[in-house]
Amino acid sequence: MAQSRHAVTKEQSPKITALVVDDNMVNRTIHQRLLDNLGIENEVVCNGKEAVDVHCSGKNFDLILMDMDMPIMNGIEATRRLREMGIRSMIAGVSTRAMEQEIQAFKEAGLDDYQEKPLTMSKLTSIIRKMNHND
Amino acid sequence: MEVGQMQRRLVDYTKSLFMEGFLDGQFSQLQQLQDESNPDFVVEVVSLFFDDSEKLLNDLAIALDQPNVDFKRVDAHVHQLKGSSSSIGAQRVKNACIAFCNFCKQHNIESCLRCLQQVKQEFYLVKNKLETLFRLEQQIVGAGGSIPVMEMGF
Repeated sequence: MAQSRHAVTKEQSPKITALVVDDNMVNRTIHQRLLDNLGIENEVVCNGKEAVDVHCSGKNFDLILMDMDMPIMNGIEATRRLREMGIRSMIAGVSTRAMEQEIQAFKEAGLDDYQEKPLTMSKLTSIIRKMNHND
Repeated sequence: MEVGQMQRRLVDYTKSLFMEGFLDGQFSQLQQLQDESNPDFVVEVVSLFFDDSEKLLNDLAIALDQPNVDFKRVDAHVHQLKGSSSSIGAQRVKNACIAFCNFCKQHNIESCLRCLQQVKQEFYLVKNKLETLFRLEQQIVGAGGSIPVMEMGF
């Protein structure tokens, strides 16, 4: 189930929204804090299926931070499903998996960007910059 | 002990944790995410890591004790632990997990059991170190001082 957290808006520009998809509680907490710090309104889900379900319920996000390895439905499958559903949000894959073919498969599923974990403020900023550039 | 001395002790202790490889730059990232609106962020995340890791270590011991070890399950647990230790900057735990992952792939039970002991050892070491660090911080705050900002330059 998605949990909502409302961030403090730091600027006057329209609020960006983000979905954190990660089965690891430590990572979810850190990613949420990174997003909060940038004034990005965010929600969390714990696996790929919950990410798909939250979109099926009608919600949409500007940015999705998608972990690769998750139970029930992994990030590759979730990304593929979201793209098939017509979701055009910026999807940034984040993972600790280092094998080139795994990263390639993740990208081919429909990622707009890929960052190696752990996520830092500068990596997140580069994702946002890419997102603004693509608009 | 006066506040200045406590602050110097904290700085020296924190530096030693980085120099000895217990912590890496990711821990500094967490410290930078802490501010007046989230003054306990680092303690909260690290506490989550402690609780999560103890559960994972327990699950690993159980998984490796089965008559037919499910290495996929073992690998999944180690991957989780590698992920969270990496995210909080617990470098030696992360490195021990990387070695563990390699032996999982080889389906080598004896080596996996040795790795588990190694990961446990590194985990309890860093837990002890971080609890000491947080105690030092509390002493400073309790004495009316502020936590010095440290640039670790990683």
